[in-house]
Amino acid sequence: MKQKPMVEMEQVSFKYEKEWVVKDVDLSIYEGQFLGLVGPNGSGKSTLIKLMLGLARPDRGSIRLFGEPIKKFDQWEEVGFVSQKANSFNSGFPATVLEVVKSGLVSRMGAFSFFKRKHKEKALEALKTVEMEEFAGSNIGELSGGQQQRVFIARALVSDPSLVILDEPTVGVDAKHVTAFYDLLGKLNKEQGITLLMVTHDIGTITNHATHVVCMNKSIHFHGASEDYKEFDDDDLNELYGHSVHQLTHNHSHDEVNRS
Amino acid sequence: MIESLMQYQFLQNAVITGLLIGVVAPLLGVFIVVRRLSLIADALSHITLTGIAASLLLEKRVSAINDWNPVYMGMVFSVAGAILIERLRKVYKHYEELAIPIILSGGIGLGVILISLADGFNTDLFSYLFGSVTAVDRSSMWTVLFITLGVIAIVILFYKELFVLSFDEEHASISGVSGRFIHLLFIVMVALVIASSMQVVGILLVSALMTLPVASALRLSRSFKQTIGLSILFGETSVIIGLFSSYHLSVPPGGTIVMTAVLILVMTIMYKRVQKQLLVKGEAT
Repeated sequence: MKQKPMVEMEQVSFKYEKEWVVKDVDLSIYEGQFLGLVGPNGSGKSTLIKLMLGLARPDRGSIRLFGEPIKKFDQWEEVGFVSQKANSFNSGFPATVLEVVKSGLVSRMGAFSFFKRKHKEKALEALKTVEMEEFAGSNIGELSGGQQQRVFIARALVSDPSLVILDEPTVGVDAKHVTAFYDLLGKLNKEQGITLLMVTHDIGTITNHATHVVCMNKSIHFHGASEDYKEFDDDDLNELYGHSVHQLTHNHSHDEVNRS
Repeated sequence: MIESLMQYQFLQNAVITGLLIGVVAPLLGVFIVVRRLSLIADALSHITLTGIAASLLLEKRVSAINDWNPVYMGMVFSVAGAILIERLRKVYKHYEELAIPIILSGGIGLGVILISLADGFNTDLFSYLFGSVTAVDRSSMWTVLFITLGVIAIVILFYKELFVLSFDEEHASISGVSGRFIHLLFIVMVALVIASSMQVVGILLVSALMTLPVASALRLSRSFKQTIGLSILFGETSVIIGLFSSYHLSVPPGGTIVMTAVLILVMTIMYKRVQKQLLVKGEAT
């Protein structure tokens, strides 16, 4: 039995100024997958995510979410998104962790409804999942990068999504927390059955955790099970990245994260 | 002042209007500050002046119009300016902030021409620039009351959308929040509140009442709701102390209200500093 894909991209291309950033991408994501999206800098990974979420419009091709064309899609509570927030959000923003997580419920609530006690409890539950419940009353800007990232994951989880998309969530997170972070993702995927799509530089680690790997550089060069990706050897990678690289080992990749 | 307050209607008008804007100006100010839009308040207050000038000129030249309240024309200009800024932001996608100086200087430019055509500065205009405790009449007090209630109701109704949009626009978009609609609603509210506040605080100082109490609150608060609460508390305190001293010192309330707000800001900064030093000392011992 072939199930319906959650995300379906057909021949999607996107141009920035005059250059193609994403070209002829066909990509389907099925329920239960943990998909790692890897590729060199500027390979269009983040743009692909933006297209998938309707934050940018493709110049060509079609995108469907849960079977609906992206323009008509409105079940946003089914989709959680964690962006590279550790680098980019206004850390002086006067909001508590609880307020930030509750804002993840807006997609589920509809217009003219107010935050109530049950929403608070839901948010605390999501914070518990990421082991941040004791920080509920803290100001978001006072937390470390890793803690903030956990809060943003809680915000993505609070609406009980079936698909969570993460854009380089480990950037700015210290090495010792990265392992715990992957364990958390594995748990979400296996125990709660949440479909995951994660953009990362960390090729070595993602292949150990994800069920599938997609490797792109403007277009898709590899899409398959993680085990097969490990066979995808250094020569293929060199061709893809255009220079010499080695598959990152576990420890090495942590240093990489530290430096960035 | 209390005695005169019972006696004179103009004082009642000024105090009631002051108390109302002491709530709504900082309330909207919180969203303005966290979205880094502080300069929009300045641009809109200047275009309000253009509206006032246009109204004064019309009053002078067209004999049929003699009892117009210039505040209404100010509101029309302010709202039109707000919509224009939104348009311009789309024209200059990569330089969105350019819209603000364009409207601000365009507003003043036109304003200066209209003012001289209306035979230059007079006391009326002076009170619009720096506020006045005598200039608020009953009808504009009612208008401000109406606007205040409307703004509070809209902020309560759209609180979660306004919060999401302020904290993270991308997230708002994937939460199904219509950013464009909420933003337009918001900026029109700002325009109306600026025009309302103008009579008491004055055009040149309106934006201060929207930003200074928030600047103080940011030093002290941890949560968004607390920021709103403290901003309103500081705004209201500034208005009350400011109006009182304005009356007794016979200076425009704009000056005294804003200076009270500055004083509160300095106090919060010092409080934070002392608190930090005590904390360091406490850790050392």
